[in-house]
Amino acid sequence: MLTIAGVEFESRLFTGTGKFRSSQLMLESIKASKSQLVTVAMKRIDLKTGADDLLTPLRKAGVRLLPNTSGARNAKEAIFAAELAREMLGTQWVKLEIHPDPKYLMPDAVETLAAAKTLCERGFIVMPYVHADPVLCRRLEEVGCAAVMPLASPIGTNQGLVTESFIKMIIEQAKVPVVIDAGIGAPSHAAHAMELGADAVLVNTAIASSASPIEMAQCFKDAVDCGRRAFEAGLGRVQTQAVHTSPLTGFLQQ
Amino acid sequence: MSFVDQFAHIERDKLLLALYSCTAVEVERALMQPEGNLESLLALLSPAAEPYIEEMAQRSAALTRQRFGANIGLYLPLYLSNLCANECDYCGFSMSNKLKRKVLNEQELAAEIAIIKSRGFDSILLVSGEHETKVGMDYFKRVLPIVKQQFSYLAMEVQPLEEIDYRQLVELGLDAVMVYQETYQAATYAKHHTRGNKQDFTYRLATPDRVASAGVDKIGLGVLLGLDDWRLDALLMGHHLNYLERHYWRTRFSISLPRLRPCTGGITPKVHLTDLGLVQMICAFRLFNQQLDISLSTREAPSLRDNLLPLGITQMSAGSSTQPGGYQAPESQLDQFEISDERTVEQVMTQMRLKGFNPVFKDWESAWIAC
Repeated sequence: MLTIAGVEFESRLFTGTGKFRSSQLMLESIKASKSQLVTVAMKRIDLKTGADDLLTPLRKAGVRLLPNTSGARNAKEAIFAAELAREMLGTQWVKLEIHPDPKYLMPDAVETLAAAKTLCERGFIVMPYVHADPVLCRRLEEVGCAAVMPLASPIGTNQGLVTESFIKMIIEQAKVPVVIDAGIGAPSHAAHAMELGADAVLVNTAIASSASPIEMAQCFKDAVDCGRRAFEAGLGRVQTQAVHTSPLTGFLQQ
Repeated sequence: MSFVDQFAHIERDKLLLALYSCTAVEVERALMQPEGNLESLLALLSPAAEPYIEEMAQRSAALTRQRFGANIGLYLPLYLSNLCANECDYCGFSMSNKLKRKVLNEQELAAEIAIIKSRGFDSILLVSGEHETKVGMDYFKRVLPIVKQQFSYLAMEVQPLEEIDYRQLVELGLDAVMVYQETYQAATYAKHHTRGNKQDFTYRLATPDRVASAGVDKIGLGVLLGLDDWRLDALLMGHHLNYLERHYWRTRFSISLPRLRPCTGGITPKVHLTDLGLVQMICAFRLFNQQLDISLSTREAPSLRDNLLPLGITQMSAGSSTQPGGYQAPESQLDQFEISDERTVEQVMTQMRLKGFNPVFKDWESAWIAC
């Protein structure tokens, strides 16, 4: 079972709350995905009134919320958003997102590491969204992050595991859970990430922007389960040539 | 260095010729481009693209949904003042117009805010005529803190300011600046702006550079459709956007596509932009720039606004008043222009939901200004 910061998760599919046509559809999709950790943007929550089209239904659904700092353009803003989330939602958990570039929404490594360090020191359970940079992931682990969330490809692009080679290095080296985030556009991408040994995946756009989000959420659930089971069962090695059935050195045993 | 330097090298006549001699083959090539660029924007804005409007709309709709999901942001304009020291022949606020002039005082402002908040809005666009002495920095510095207490996202559409002024306003909570060039064609610009500071075409053209340098989150560009050839104005706005994105990588951008509307003492449009043309512009800009916010105001009629919803629009106003104090006490003779969609925000939201869109009031964290 997946454990992050002492909390156990049966589901290895994390989901998002943005881009849905209605909050009803969002809730039903989350339910269909069986996801137990759902990320929500602090910038979308109405902190002044507390009554909110996003928050109220999510609280009723009983899923664990992972507030994110999306919209923050530097470490200061992200730390502020995390503090707000802790105060408003009563959770230490935060998905740290700092992407000052509005075109590709690439995460800012410099600001992310600085913010992660401060937030970990202040007792947050930090899950940073980062480029698939193995060294950065190690640095984030060193400052105390509970997991790392490298991107598969740019947010919302559905391009799949463009960063596969580097994701493999991160999975090989990490001592904290590795959650593949962003760019996963099809259940097969999610299954592949799980087969590589990722601990979980986070999927939003591919579900929310689908013509049938509930159906798509179920597909992702199945794909993640299947990919994980295949990883645990142990996949065979990929070889470029056929394996000879008549060994050349068999005579040595005779 | 600003866009002014680059603009000087743009050969207007060459672009105009290219627009009107563009062929179907070039449009098809543009449609095959996975990433937008200025050449394909030209093709998609040309008359040759008209037969491809359905294909453009399909692609624009799909790209918009992938990037923005079902969300459509809602905002309202709050008119601070109709005082103006300019003479612009298309605008109801022009200084020579016999019009009751008004600047909201703090009580009146609070009353307007209360009404707008009661309708659910959290994103506000402060608008004023251009009057540097009576509605200038001193006034803005008084007003912004009051407004920012109530709204997460604060945009302004006022006279162009200096970079240092924008910096001060950012400290007070300014998030976005709308500064429309009206037309990128200097001779036409001169014809329509006959008195006041707004006559300075170049100063206005360099304004987005100053806004971006001051660290404002979002800049809104726009041309007033009807003043001159809309295809050329839209293309030149595309050049401006392209320049700004390259130079200010942290800044977000939006465009508005206002068609000239009747107003007190106003001119009739030189060029009439049809609904087809408006759709073509929206789709061409979406295919050019996937992350661009595209705004649609209440200038357009209800049925057209509903039909434009899926095509690339990302934010809308609803239930707007275009006069200072208009939410509390509407007086028709104070308007900047007549609005076409007079539905309430609830009615607009109901239509949005029926069409599968998710109206969004809040998409920004106001507390970030404390950082």
